[in-house]
Amino acid sequence: MSSVLLFSIIMLSLLGVVLAVILYLVAQKFKVFEDPRIDEVEAVLPGANCGGCGYPGCRGFADAFVKAEDVSSLFCPVGGNDTMNAAAAVMGKTVEAKDPEIAVVRCSGSPENRKRIVQYDGASSCKVATSLYSGDTGCQYGCLGLGDCVAVCKFDAIYIDPVTLLPVVSDEKCTACGACVKACPKFIIELRKKGPKSKRIFVSCINKDKGGVARKACQVACIGCGKCVKVCPHDAITLENNLAYIDFNKCKLCRKCVEECPTSAIQELNFPPRKPKVEAEAQVEKTE
Amino acid sequence: MDKQVIVSPSPHVHSGESTSRLMFNVVLALMPAFAVSLYYFGVGALIVTLLAVGSCVIFEYLIQKFLMKGNPTITDGSAIVTGLLLAFNVPSNLPWHIVVIGSLVAIGVAKMSFGGLGSNPFNPALVGRVFMLISFPVQMTSWPLPVASRLQYLDAVTGPTPLAILKEGLKNGETISQMGDKIPSHMQMFMGLMGGSLGEIAAFALLIGFAWLLFTKVITWHIPVSIFTTIAVFTGILWMINPETNADPIFHLLTGGVMIGAIFMATDYVTSPMNPVGMWIFGIGIGLLTVIIRVWGAYPEGVSFAILIMNAFVPLLNRYVKPKRFGEEVKRNG
Amino acid sequence: MLKTFSKGGVHPPENKISAGKSIEILPLPQKVSIPVSQHIGAPATVLVAKGDKVKVGQVIAQSAGFVSANIHSSVSGTVESIDTVLDSTGYKRQAVTITAEGDEWIESIDRSTELKKDIQLNAQDIIKRINESGIVGLGGATFPSHVKLSVPAGKKAEVLIINGVECEPYLTSDHRLMLEKGHEMMVGIQILMRALNVEKALIGIENNKPDAIKYLKSIAGEYKGVEVHGLKVKYPQGGEKQLIKALINREVPSGGLPIDIGAVVHNVGTAFAVYEAVQKNKPLFERVVTVTGKNLPKTANYMVRIGTSVAELIAAAGGLPEDTGKVVNGGPMMGKALTSTDVPVTKGTSGIIVFQSKESKRKADSVCIRCGKCVSVCPMGLEPYLLNRLSQRMMFENMEPEHVLDCMECGSCSFECPANLPLLDYIRLGKAEVNKIIRARKN
Repeated sequence: MSSVLLFSIIMLSLLGVVLAVILYLVAQKFKVFEDPRIDEVEAVLPGANCGGCGYPGCRGFADAFVKAEDVSSLFCPVGGNDTMNAAAAVMGKTVEAKDPEIAVVRCSGSPENRKRIVQYDGASSCKVATSLYSGDTGCQYGCLGLGDCVAVCKFDAIYIDPVTLLPVVSDEKCTACGACVKACPKFIIELRKKGPKSKRIFVSCINKDKGGVARKACQVACIGCGKCVKVCPHDAITLENNLAYIDFNKCKLCRKCVEECPTSAIQELNFPPRKPKVEAEAQVEKTE
Repeated sequence: MDKQVIVSPSPHVHSGESTSRLMFNVVLALMPAFAVSLYYFGVGALIVTLLAVGSCVIFEYLIQKFLMKGNPTITDGSAIVTGLLLAFNVPSNLPWHIVVIGSLVAIGVAKMSFGGLGSNPFNPALVGRVFMLISFPVQMTSWPLPVASRLQYLDAVTGPTPLAILKEGLKNGETISQMGDKIPSHMQMFMGLMGGSLGEIAAFALLIGFAWLLFTKVITWHIPVSIFTTIAVFTGILWMINPETNADPIFHLLTGGVMIGAIFMATDYVTSPMNPVGMWIFGIGIGLLTVIIRVWGAYPEGVSFAILIMNAFVPLLNRYVKPKRFGEEVKRNG
Repeated sequence: MLKTFSKGGVHPPENKISAGKSIEILPLPQKVSIPVSQHIGAPATVLVAKGDKVKVGQVIAQSAGFVSANIHSSVSGTVESIDTVLDSTGYKRQAVTITAEGDEWIESIDRSTELKKDIQLNAQDIIKRINESGIVGLGGATFPSHVKLSVPAGKKAEVLIINGVECEPYLTSDHRLMLEKGHEMMVGIQILMRALNVEKALIGIENNKPDAIKYLKSIAGEYKGVEVHGLKVKYPQGGEKQLIKALINREVPSGGLPIDIGAVVHNVGTAFAVYEAVQKNKPLFERVVTVTGKNLPKTANYMVRIGTSVAELIAAAGGLPEDTGKVVNGGPMMGKALTSTDVPVTKGTSGIIVFQSKESKRKADSVCIRCGKCVSVCPMGLEPYLLNRLSQRMMFENMEPEHVLDCMECGSCSFECPANLPLLDYIRLGKAEVNKIIRARKN
C-alpha cells in the first residue's frame, strides 16, 4: 500500500516539476516586452474598463497615454482630474484640469406631460422600438422609456423612474463615460458640464417640429419661440430647427431663461428654491 | 383614433406553442412507462417517483425565490420532467434520503447553478443519477425484481439486471449460451420482465411515449434513431464476430437505459444540438460510447455516461455544424 | 404530389374570411394624401404646386432616377397642400394632398372594359410604358417593376414566375383578382413575357384557392407558354425565393437576385396593372385592398384609389369595433401595426386587418429553452436563437458571418417560439446594425 503511495507522490511531483519548467521556458520565449510604465499608469486608473476614454479598457488607455507625445486630448472621465494628475506624474508630464461632465437627459415627456396614444408591445429595447415606429406619443423625438441607457451603464448611475417613465441620472455615481449617450437611439442624452455644486441649466427637449405640433404632443416641449434667446444676457442660447440649445460653456447659470420659458421646457437642476414673488414685492414695498 | 391600440413589430400572430405545453406532453409520454413501473414495482415506484418530483419542484422553487431572488418558474413544468426522469433512472427501493439528495444535485447543481432553464450544459436528471451512482453505489445497483415485491418499498427482493448478469458471467468465463436461462428472453425484456430502474424496463411503454412525442412534434426522430442505429450496427458487428462473448443487438437495445436514454434523456432540448446533422453526430457518439463502456468498461451500463460526455460536445457541434443555408451551394462571385 | 419549398415554413391559421367577397369599388374619397415615396428607391420629385388643378391619372410627382417611380393623381380636383402626413410607422412623410372634385380622367386613358388581347408594343416600349405608369411590385415589396424587367448585361431571363400564392393569412385581394380579372391578368403576363423575351411563364397558386387554380387552368390554354401550378399551403410560400425553389427547384444564391438563376418574379396584381398600363394606357392609381377582421361588421375586397385614408376603408366596412386591439397594414405575419388609421393607402397596401384585443397582446416571454424549433422553421436555413442572442448582447459584427442579411423577416421563428421570445425584433435590429457596419467599411 505504502509503495503505491510513494510511487504516486514521486510521479506526481516529477510531473509537476517538468510541467513547471516547460511553462517557465515557454513564458520566457514568448514574452512580450512592454514599457513598465504602462503597468504603473494602469495602476492609477480606476479599472472600470468602461471605454469612456475612447480606448479599449484601462490598459488600452494606459498604453496610449505612455506612447503619446501630446497627452492633452486624453482624459479619463471616471477618474477625473485626480487620476489624470497621477498618471501624468508617472510619465513626468503635466495635464490641464478639465471641468467634470455629467450625462443629461433632455426630455421631460412624462405621461402627465405627454399623452400616450398607443400601447407598445414589442421587445423591451429602445433601439427595437425606434426602428419600428415613431413612438407611443405624438412626439417622435421623445424618450421611449424602455431603458437601453440603463442596460449599458456600468456604474449603476441611471434608472428609469417608474412614475415619469424617464431616465434619472445620479449626480454622485455618473462618471460621464458616455455609454448611455451612445446607447440612446434618439440622441436624447448629452454630456454636459456638471457645473459648480452640480448646478446646471439645459433645454429639456429635442423636438424639432413646429411649435404648435410640438406643444400639442407634449405640454413641456420647446416650441422654438425664441424668448430665451432674447433674454439671455450671455448670448449662450441659439435657436435652430424650432429648438433652443444652451451652450454650457457660455451659460453663467443666471436662470433668466428658465423664468422666461412659456412651456417650462428649460430645466434647472440643484438650485436652491427661489423666494416666492409675493415676498419679493413686499420687500420692495418696504424699502420704498 | 381615440381607442388606445397596441403597436408591436410583426409577426402579429403566434402558433400557441408554449414551454409548458411541451413539458406537459413529455410528462404524458412518460405515463405508459410509469404505469408499467407501478405494475411491476408497486409501492416503491410510487414513493420514489412522488419523492423525486416533489423534491425537484420544491428545490427549484426555494432556490429561485430565496437564492436567486427572482420569480419562481415551476409552472413551466421542466422541474416536474426532471423529477420524473430522475425517478425513472433509479431502483424502486432507493432510500428516500438518496432520492432527495439526487434531486438537489440535479436541480441545484446541474440546472440552477448555471442560470436555470436554458443555460445548463448537462442533462440535470443524468447528473443527479450519476452523482447518486458514484456516491451510493450499493443502493443504486440493487435492483428489485419485477412483480415480486410490489408491496415492499425498502425491503424489496432484489436481483441483477440482464446487463449485470452478462458482465458478471463474462467475467467468470462463461459464454452466453452457458448463461442461458439467466438472461431473460427478448419478449420478456420487451415487456419489462427484468430487473432494472423504474423507467428503463418496459421498452414497449417507452416506444408508445416516443410515438406520442413525435405526433405532438415535441421532438424530431433524428437523435433516437441515430442512437438506436449506431448501437444496433456496432453491437451487431461485435455479435457477428463472436456470438458467445457478445450479446445480440436486440439485447443491447432493450436492456439498460438505451430506450429511455435515447427517447427522453438525449432529446432534452437544452443539452442537445440544434440542427439535424449535429443531432446525428450527437446520436452516433452516444451509441459508440455506450457500447464501448458496456463491452470494455468497468460498468455494466454506459448510457448515462455516454450522454453526459456527448452533452459536453454540444456547444462545439452547434458552433461548427451549421444548418444548410438557403442558396448556399450556388456561390456568387464578387 | 403538390410542389413546395423544402426548408422550414409554418402553418398559421388561414382565416381567409373575405375570400368569397367580390371586388367592390370604394366610393370616391373627398380627399386623398398621396405620399411621394411609395416604392423602394428615391422618392419622386413633386411636379405640382398648391392650388393646381389635376385630373385622374396625371403625373403629380416624377421618378427621381432609375430606381424610382412616377406618382399619379388618383382623383381629379385641386391640390390642397404639399406637406408631411403620417405614414404607417407614425413618422411624417412628404405627400401631395388633393381635394377631390368630380372624377375627370386624363384623355389618354382608354376607359373601355372589353378585353384587349393583341399586344402591339415591342419589349423596349413595354418597359418604357411600365416605367411611365409608375408600376411597382404590388405584392407589398413595391420594387419598381421596370427595373426588374431591365435585365442587366451578362444575365438572361429564362422563365417568368407569377406569384399568385398570397400565403399571408386573411389577405384575399390577389385571390379575387385572379378570379375576376383572370383574362386581363393573363394578357398582362404575356406582355411581361414579351418584355423579358421568355417563352415560359409559371403561375404559382396556393392550394387553398382551388377555384382560382381551376379557373386559371381552364383559360391558360388560350395563352401560349403560360402554366398554372397549385402549391402546398405553407407559409412563406409567397416569398419569391421559396416560390422559385418550389416551381423550378433552383435556389437564389445568398446575397443574389432571382435573375442570377434566370428567373423574374412578379405578383398577379402587378401583372394586372401591367395589362391596364400597356393595353389601356392607364397608370397605377388604384388597387385592390382586403379589409378584414373577425370582429369587423363586414369584410370586403375594395378597389381603392391610392391616397384614400385607411379610416375611410374601415368606415365602409362598418367602422372600428369597440373591442379593437390592433390595426395591421398588410398580413399578420409581416404587416405593420398602425399607430393611427389616419394614414393613406399606398401602392404597397395589400390589406387592412382589424384584430380584437384578445388576439393582439403578445404573451409574456420567458427564457430560450434551446428547443431548436426556430431553426427548423426558418426558410432561409438560419439560426434565429443564435442571432437573437448575439443581437441582445450587441455582438453585431458576429451576426454577419451567420448570414443575418439573408433573413427575409417572414416571422416564422417568432411565430413558432414556445417561449414567446421576440426573436424577429432583435434580428431586425441586427440586420440594421450589420448594414451600418458594411456601409462604414466601404467608406
